[in-house]
Amino acid sequence: MITELGHFALILAFLIAIAQSVIPLVGAHKRWPGWMSFAEPAAQAQFFFVAFSFGALMWGFITSDFSLNLVTLNSHSAKPMLYKIAGTWGNHEGSMLLWVLIVALFGAVAALFGEALPPTLRARVLAVQASIGVAFYSFILFTSNPFLRLAVPPMDGQDLNPLLQDPGLAFHPPFLYLGYVGLSMAFSFAVGALIEGRVDAAWGRWVRPWTLAAWVFLTIGIGLGSWWAYYELGWGGFWFWDPVENASFMPWLLSAALLHSAIVVEKREALKSWTILLAILAFGFSLIGTFIVRSGLLTSVHAFANDPERGIFILIIIAAFTGGALTLFAARAQSMEAKGVFGLVSRETGLVVNNILLAVSCFVVFFGTLWPVVAEMAFDRKLSVGPPFFNMAFTPFMVALGIALPVGAMLPWKRGKLVRTFWQLRYVFGLALALMILAFVLQTGRSALGPVGLFLGSWMVFGAFADLWMRSGKSGRLQRLLRLPRADWGKAVAHSGLGITMFAIAGLTAWEAEDIRVAYMDEPFEVGAYTLVLRDVGRERGPNYFSTKATVDVSRNGQAVATLHPEKRDYPVARMPTTEAAIEYQFLRDIYVVIGDPQNDGGWTMRTYIKPLANWIWGGCLLMAFGGLLSLSDRRFRVAAGARRSAMKGVPAE
Amino acid sequence: MNRILFALMLSCAAAPAMAVQPDEILEDPALEARARVLSKDLRCLVCRNESIDESNADLARDLRILLRERLTAGDTDDEAMDYIVNRYGEYVLLRPNVTGANWLLWAAGPAMLLVALVVGGGFVRNRSRATTKTEDALSADEQARLKSILEE
Repeated sequence: MITELGHFALILAFLIAIAQSVIPLVGAHKRWPGWMSFAEPAAQAQFFFVAFSFGALMWGFITSDFSLNLVTLNSHSAKPMLYKIAGTWGNHEGSMLLWVLIVALFGAVAALFGEALPPTLRARVLAVQASIGVAFYSFILFTSNPFLRLAVPPMDGQDLNPLLQDPGLAFHPPFLYLGYVGLSMAFSFAVGALIEGRVDAAWGRWVRPWTLAAWVFLTIGIGLGSWWAYYELGWGGFWFWDPVENASFMPWLLSAALLHSAIVVEKREALKSWTILLAILAFGFSLIGTFIVRSGLLTSVHAFANDPERGIFILIIIAAFTGGALTLFAARAQSMEAKGVFGLVSRETGLVVNNILLAVSCFVVFFGTLWPVVAEMAFDRKLSVGPPFFNMAFTPFMVALGIALPVGAMLPWKRGKLVRTFWQLRYVFGLALALMILAFVLQTGRSALGPVGLFLGSWMVFGAFADLWMRSGKSGRLQRLLRLPRADWGKAVAHSGLGITMFAIAGLTAWEAEDIRVAYMDEPFEVGAYTLVLRDVGRERGPNYFSTKATVDVSRNGQAVATLHPEKRDYPVARMPTTEAAIEYQFLRDIYVVIGDPQNDGGWTMRTYIKPLANWIWGGCLLMAFGGLLSLSDRRFRVAAGARRSAMKGVPAE
Repeated sequence: MNRILFALMLSCAAAPAMAVQPDEILEDPALEARARVLSKDLRCLVCRNESIDESNADLARDLRILLRERLTAGDTDDEAMDYIVNRYGEYVLLRPNVTGANWLLWAAGPAMLLVALVVGGGFVRNRSRATTKTEDALSADEQARLKSILEE
């Protein structure tokens, strides 16, 4: 019954979204207040119904209702509750429902907080947002309906893929989708403004919080996913340049560019048409990401990809939205004249450089991701584009970004002097250089990657805080420092987060130690500075798996550091083994142990990695996200909304 | 991350073995180091975007052993790679070589950067010129008014 209600609620939400995408648009065109104000209750009702629908599907998973086809395919009654819940979006249909739920959520939130917006823009934004919803509702209802019943329900389900049975699944996709779909809000604002024919500083201020929020979610989502891969896949890789990863990385790069160019719109009324274009492209890349994951174009065998019909449907959605928005953009772009003037050397120019580097690096990722398809179709060559290519082609952009960032971030608006700004950073530069040389001397004869990473990282981190320090003036520094706008703090924290992540990636790649061997009971062996001993291997039983669990003692200079329990699991229902690495997380390095197969002579295959700075990668991501949140809580966003609201109260009802 | 979904590929994730096995490792550490570097550039043919160095698949193991055999037989890095590419096609290369149309792939990034720098530079120059224009020159209206004032 609940299932049917959920199905019905989804259809209702679909119908409401259709109305919401048409009526306010007509109202805004004709200046009919009643029609315009239809958007807000519609957005909220739409969210209510799709949330109910999502809840109904989740209920099916929680109660293991195997009359639902989707539950049968992806769940099992013995599965732990967390994974039953998370399993709701661990499959194609459910994840699309989550996607459209978030589209509706953002629409409803925009309706709630949108009081400050001019009524016509608000109506148009909500209508565009609803039209995105319409596309995905119809996609779900016509090609990927999660509410299909089975005529003969089986006794039990086929279980969720064991690799997905991890807390990572509970958090990684929702954050990623909040990010992807959050960009739909920037898209709606861009298209709304194009229809409106007006882009000004206020628009920049409205669109920035949404972009910032989306970017924060994407950062957390990508970081979580990378960490999940790190501990789950059994060899500690954290980034693979895989098409699906690239699909999430491209919107991240573009939204990072967008939230910087929106600052220029907000403060200087320049870069307007470029910012609109970025907003369209950023969401366009989110859609392309969805297409790449689900169409099977780039992944011949993939958990999600099973139906070319779906791929074509998404392709139509991409063509309609990106193409439509770009056409509108082409028609209206000339009318958006830049107002602000600035010198060749200025903060504005710095932000242009930022945008160039981010956008071009995104282009490189895009080109590399699609090249195998292009090469096969156009040149009849079957080839691969893998991590070695991306590392070579992408990294220079990030290095350039890292070098330019502290200087660009400190340049004054309108007009600055490169030499003066650099002079302000001379101590930071000296410190970064000294650290690099120190690292170079200490590591003796390894690649330059680590020291260079250290230079970049410290240059960015100390540069960010030198910026704050300079702003705090001459006297009473500490108090002034604390009274700086949150956006300034957010900027410093986010930039240093990026620096830390860059350093960590370079350091981990350069200084990692690896050991592969057959380990024998109670025979110690050394990896780096550590001594490991295999003590025991036993069999255990989990809720829906069997486990081979080893006990490994780790010590350093005779002192016990940790006792680790790497596992190998067998999931009988899904008929699939997984390795569960045991990781001793330390501030400076992780000790990562994996147990393999038993050998005939009584030993066990064991892999041990010493991974320096591993935590710093995700620590940096967290800092970036935290910086974004700080910036999001800045006074000017709150005040701008509040001031408008009180001004509106004086105006009689339209 | 989503890579995990890829790892669902039967052949890669289902094999209980792990990537490089202890019995594959060569006696000579220098040779082994070369093999490790090279195998990061070679693709496991039955996996999604996984190098043979990371892959659990049997086929990846065969390739690792083949590569080590070639190196032990005295091949240079290039010879060993050519040998494998000749047998398995350029699909095995994770870093596409710069031949034929592939130069497009390699040149795309730098070319786009050049275009972006030219366009961005043009925009910035335009903006900085705009300063002098609006500050120094009067608009047509202002000119007309100035003229009328002067003529009075």
